[in-house]
Amino acid sequence: MYEFNYRRASSVFDAVSSSDQSGDASYLAGGMTLIPVLKFRLAAPSDVIDLADLGELKGIRTENGAVAIGAMTTHAEVAGSAEVRQAIPALADLAESIGDPQVRNRGTIGGSIANADPAADYPAAVVGLGATVHTNSRTIGADDFFTAMFETALEPGELVTAVSFPVPDRAAYMKFPNPASRYAIVGVMVSQSGDGVRVAVTGAGGRVFRVAEMEQALAANFVPEAVAGISVSAEGLNEDLHASPEYRAHLVTVMARRAVAAAG
Amino acid sequence: MTLMVTMTLNGESVSAEVEGRTLLVQLIRDHFRLTGTHVGCDTSQCGACVVHMNGQSVKSCTVLAVQADGAQVSTIESLAENGELHPMQQAFKDNHGLQCGFCTPGMVMSALDLVANNPDPSEAEIRDWLEGNLCRCTGYHNIVKSIAAGAQAMRS
Ligand SMILES: Cc1cc2nc3c(=O)[nH]c(=O)nc-3n(C[C@H](O)[C@H](O)[C@H](O)COP(=O)(O)OP(=O)(O)OC[C@H]3O[C@@H](n4cnc5c(N)ncnc54)[C@H](O)[C@@H]3O)c2cc1C
Ligand code: FES
Ligand code: FES
Repeated sequence: MYEFNYRRASSVFDAVSSSDQSGDASYLAGGMTLIPVLKFRLAAPSDVIDLADLGELKGIRTENGAVAIGAMTTHAEVAGSAEVRQAIPALADLAESIGDPQVRNRGTIGGSIANADPAADYPAAVVGLGATVHTNSRTIGADDFFTAMFETALEPGELVTAVSFPVPDRAAYMKFPNPASRYAIVGVMVSQSGDGVRVAVTGAGGRVFRVAEMEQALAANFVPEAVAGISVSAEGLNEDLHASPEYRAHLVTVMARRAVAAAG
Repeated sequence: MTLMVTMTLNGESVSAEVEGRTLLVQLIRDHFRLTGTHVGCDTSQCGACVVHMNGQSVKSCTVLAVQADGAQVSTIESLAENGELHPMQQAFKDNHGLQCGFCTPGMVMSALDLVANNPDPSEAEIRDWLEGNLCRCTGYHNIVKSIAAGAQAMRS
């Protein structure tokens, strides 16, 4: 790790203004991505601003038919929350499926979506449930948040404060995990609500994406068979030692079908 | 830039001067000379470095020492009392839950976090919980048996 100046922010305002002053700062949430990145010297921020003391970024609230989760809420807290489990069980299941217990004890929802790893789970929840991302300065709709691999709509220094998930009528998340890391080789979140059907795919492409053809078929008839015959093109999908683009394309259909079955 | 870190380590209040980039595991091993906590991978995968921070298991190779400022930290060294093994340690010994022993401190600390919230875990729950702990020797079977036996001993 290269040297950096560490400080703990005392408020959201303090965090954002320290970041603006530095011009080359990284926020530190759970550190489960940032610390490995720093160790590999893939990043060399001059300042690391720890969000750990910001109680205002922690916690889960259900209000106006939505579950609002503070950016610094850990995966373990989401997985263990009776409130989330009751309102959106698919979201609790998704959080429970991330990594391992120690990663879930530290890693946060804000860090996960700000990082926008193409194989991360939360992006599928944000887009698949049509969530709204709250930042220190504005709100960003799910479909506008993830822009490319490891890229989001966040401006430099912009801080995610919370994510609110509208409660769907039904939803489920199915993933084919990498057996070592549990990151998604392919993960699909399917949901149905008054606003329609959403099918969001993570792991397969450079960023999370929706499958319009599946959404239309499910809006007409929400049964697993409706998506069984619909496949996405393998062109442009991720290729690595775990899976070829063709295999990922195949998994999208399989995971979507299973998610619809689980959503019931 | 150095910073002062103060924490409760295995029940004792301790302080040290560290750099921002010093890892918690470096502080524990190199500064406080508690070498029971191991570094297996240094890439957040293996769990040999698991300690408890404010009652939760964490990978100390992926926590900065400064993040533990003000925290309660406990390591494998906190378990045995007066030379007598903790029931979970004894269970690993009795059930051949270790061979080389490199992964064992992390396995035991991880297991204790599981048992704290789930005093009677099923075999499936134990296996699932061990997702973040790798062992290159035992094939896990005896580790799972050890944790079940340790949990039982702690209940009685
Ligand atoms: C062994 C291992 C297995 C894993 N498996 C999975 C898995 O199966 N699925 C999965 O989805 N993820 C997985 N992860 C990643 C994990 O979920 C991380 O916790 C997550 O990606 C980052 O969250 P964090 O809180 O640790 O963020 P950090 O590492 O602290 O930060 C990550 C990035 O986000 C920025 N950031 C953090 N918080 C904010 C904020 N509030 N506003 C703006 N920017 C912010 C930081 O500056 C940094 O650039 C795994 C990680 C490890 C180490
Ligand atoms: S040394 Fe920390 S997880 Fe391997
Ligand atoms: S006993 Fe050797 S690594 Fe587990």
